[in-house]
Amino acid sequence: MEVIRSQKRTPSNDTVSNPKIPLYLTAPQMEVRLEEFELFAVDRLRVLKGVSDGLARGRNPKEMDDLVDTLWKEHMRDPDASLMFNKDIISHFVLRLVYCRSDELKKWFLSMETALFRHRFRLQNFEAQRAIVGEFGLPYKAVTGAELEGLKERLGQVVRSLGQISPTGNNPIISFSHLVIRTCTFSYGKFLVLFFAVEAVYYKVPFEEVPDLVASRRVLIQKGYAFVAGSQLVSLVVTQFRSHISKALILTNRKWTTTIREREKDRLTPIVEALSTSYLGPDYSQSTEYAEISLKDIDQVAKSSFPLCMRHLFEKVREDHHLKHGGRMQLGLFLKGVGLKLDDALAFWRAEFTKKVGSERFDKEYAYSIRHNYGKEGKRTDYTPYACQKIILSAPGAGDHHGCPYRHFSEDNLRAALGRMGLSSRGMEGVMDQVRNKHYQLACTMTFEAVYGTSCDAGINHPNQYFEESQKILKSKTPPAPV
Amino acid sequence: MFITSEFTTARNLFPYTDIHKWLSYGHDGKHPGCDEYYFGRREFSFTLENDVYLRYKSFKSVSSLEHAIKSCFPYKIDIGAVYSVDPDKRHAYSQTGTNVFTPVERELVFDIDITDYDDVRYCCSGADVCSKCWPLMTVAIKVIHTSLKEDFGFKHILWVFSGRRGVHCWVCDPKARRMTNEQRSAVAEYFRVYKGNENNARKVALMGYSLHPFLARSYVDFLKGFFEGELQANQSIFSTKDKYDKILEMISDEDIQSELREKWEKSANRSSLSEEAISLVRWEQLKNTLQSKKHKAPTLRMCVEEIVFTFTYPRIDLEVSKQMNHLLKAPFCVHPKTGRVCVPIDPNNCDEFDPLAVPTLSQLIEEINSGGSKMDVDDDDDDDDTDTSLLGKSIKFFRSSFLEPLLKSCKEEIESSYKTKIGKSKDSFSW
Repeated sequence: MEVIRSQKRTPSNDTVSNPKIPLYLTAPQMEVRLEEFELFAVDRLRVLKGVSDGLARGRNPKEMDDLVDTLWKEHMRDPDASLMFNKDIISHFVLRLVYCRSDELKKWFLSMETALFRHRFRLQNFEAQRAIVGEFGLPYKAVTGAELEGLKERLGQVVRSLGQISPTGNNPIISFSHLVIRTCTFSYGKFLVLFFAVEAVYYKVPFEEVPDLVASRRVLIQKGYAFVAGSQLVSLVVTQFRSHISKALILTNRKWTTTIREREKDRLTPIVEALSTSYLGPDYSQSTEYAEISLKDIDQVAKSSFPLCMRHLFEKVREDHHLKHGGRMQLGLFLKGVGLKLDDALAFWRAEFTKKVGSERFDKEYAYSIRHNYGKEGKRTDYTPYACQKIILSAPGAGDHHGCPYRHFSEDNLRAALGRMGLSSRGMEGVMDQVRNKHYQLACTMTFEAVYGTSCDAGINHPNQYFEESQKILKSKTPPAPV
Repeated sequence: MFITSEFTTARNLFPYTDIHKWLSYGHDGKHPGCDEYYFGRREFSFTLENDVYLRYKSFKSVSSLEHAIKSCFPYKIDIGAVYSVDPDKRHAYSQTGTNVFTPVERELVFDIDITDYDDVRYCCSGADVCSKCWPLMTVAIKVIHTSLKEDFGFKHILWVFSGRRGVHCWVCDPKARRMTNEQRSAVAEYFRVYKGNENNARKVALMGYSLHPFLARSYVDFLKGFFEGELQANQSIFSTKDKYDKILEMISDEDIQSELREKWEKSANRSSLSEEAISLVRWEQLKNTLQSKKHKAPTLRMCVEEIVFTFTYPRIDLEVSKQMNHLLKAPFCVHPKTGRVCVPIDPNNCDEFDPLAVPTLSQLIEEINSGGSKMDVDDDDDDDDTDTSLLGKSIKFFRSSFLEPLLKSCKEEIESSYKTKIGKSKDSFSW
């Protein structure tokens, strides 16, 4: 891709058969104006940021499809289809340069581009989808005949286990005469006629190719092969897509550090470097002026300003004098972001844990990882506190207290916890409503608004953000101490 | 805790040659297709007596491994991944560019610990284990082993007693060793059913209109029978109010809960049946009630199954399985707190495994002192039938059921990939 100064752009020489979604397999051979270099990237970033927000707010797949459709039309559309296509490709490749430069940037870009691809794919019709599968050159054949017969019953079990039902007469899943249709209850008054149809087409694929379908038990697996339904093709291609982009980012990073950065230091490099910081929001790895807390204030500050997830963890530490690993990470990094210095952190954890495990064991088993979190051991990475998106996606198990209470607590426990935070029963209903709809961050935002009596338009997407906003409000209410 | 001299025995009895053969996966240098540096790229870690922890240890040969263990005196040895370069030379390689220090192969591993079942066992808690709760481990092995073989197609699976209160599983197929973290995570999640902790009451939520075939098979072949038989007999899970309240809370309908609670409170004192019999009667009553009322709400549809799964389904430690660089204790180590040897378990006969009958270090020492066995289990002898020592049986099982089939298949793979390579280079010479 050649970047040139303001000149008339030559039309794309892209000889690809123009599928609706490019796969970004090779860098395009075209000329790009310098202004477009930045503008196209910024527009695509708006789309990716929108995708990121949508995921953080717990939007279901159908909502994400609509969101992506809207975002794409808003920022990337062009009346000329081939110009739109070029913008798509150019913006992707520019952002590769921007986001290849560190592990965190790579991870974010990979997640968002993959999600974008997934939902754009889902919006395509079946023929277009099959064409894209073909583009990847995947060797998987459809299962037919005797093999399919032998699997029918269990394939039906898989479909039923996912609760997929379709009302009579409006069945998007095709049922053929040789496939099994099972009815559950029959139509009589309040019961629906339920069809559980096995789909027409299944692909036999090594289970490694569809990890997300395996993880959620959405496929039948036998002797190392997963039987992927036509409607699940998206998982297959998304895995391929992600793997390809992941490798490409490594190569791009190499090229960037060895040649491009130096060569372009007066032209593209400043643009690339500015682009990555503008859209991710603060990561709270450096605490601000508001947020330096000392050990003696910590109990009071926990009650007044911690979001529910951290309050719960904090209370558990005080109560049990222990926390399992997930909890130590989530709370520990949060406290770091809130301004607790390493020495105070060590004192805090030591004071609690030694009540249970003794001072020697604390030094041996726990002090190291606290220092590790502050970047004083091992790789010496200064770890950043977890954002809501990460916390919501965590998986607390037996004996754990981390995760997002709005997601992971039972309704009763959540109500009790919200009551302790001072929510009225009316305020609680609004929050529980959001929880039922899986809008966990909106639930937390509503809690914030109820507790502090003010509105939070930005929405909570990071526990440290909750803390800082809370401190701002509380400090503005108390008069400053006399000098 | 242990005296160094006792541990000397442990170090002398450790089967170095067998472990080396296993972890070399056929790369013994005897075939031109072998990678002679393969074993040297494996990470080991040692835990020494003062809880000093040494990572990234690697060894070029079985003799350097043996020498290091006999001179460092570790009381715990962990096995890590095979890396791109020798772990103890990792600092020579930068983290960018082509020669990155990164894991390239690692067995797919699972760790099941009985303390994760504390909320459903009444005989013991914490680190204790007895014949009434150990069967939970047995059923876990059966469920996971069957799935690994039937669903995932794996063939070379080693189950090992962790020494005190759990089991480890090592899946050693080449395909398994090359899995990425994402794929490992997917398999771990596939096995995950229990999502409980103190904060939620319904810890197993089976949605949908039927069970996934894997769960259905596990239920029908193993879990249902275990729950209605051995578990009820050992744990009497309905016999007291505390116990049955816990189960009633898993039913999401208040009316059904009260109906059963009332019934059982009334019958509490009148019954002359044994605890076990009472439990069974109540279970039947619960099942019948749920069967007749199941259409009231979707969450009741599989309530019976949910209860069975809560008590019996395997609870694996997800974090252990998800990452390639996670270290896991080596088989045949001695557990420092119990003195028991971490011996292999036969998954096809796991009902007969008794954790309380596993040889301890003291027993082994006594056996040696009374002249009852050979000191050197490292012996490669084929007439192992004469070795009836406590440890000999385990070593024999390890060799015949696991190591030999594994090595045979490894050699075949090395042979065939070598032939392919030769074939390719021959073609490249054609004009």
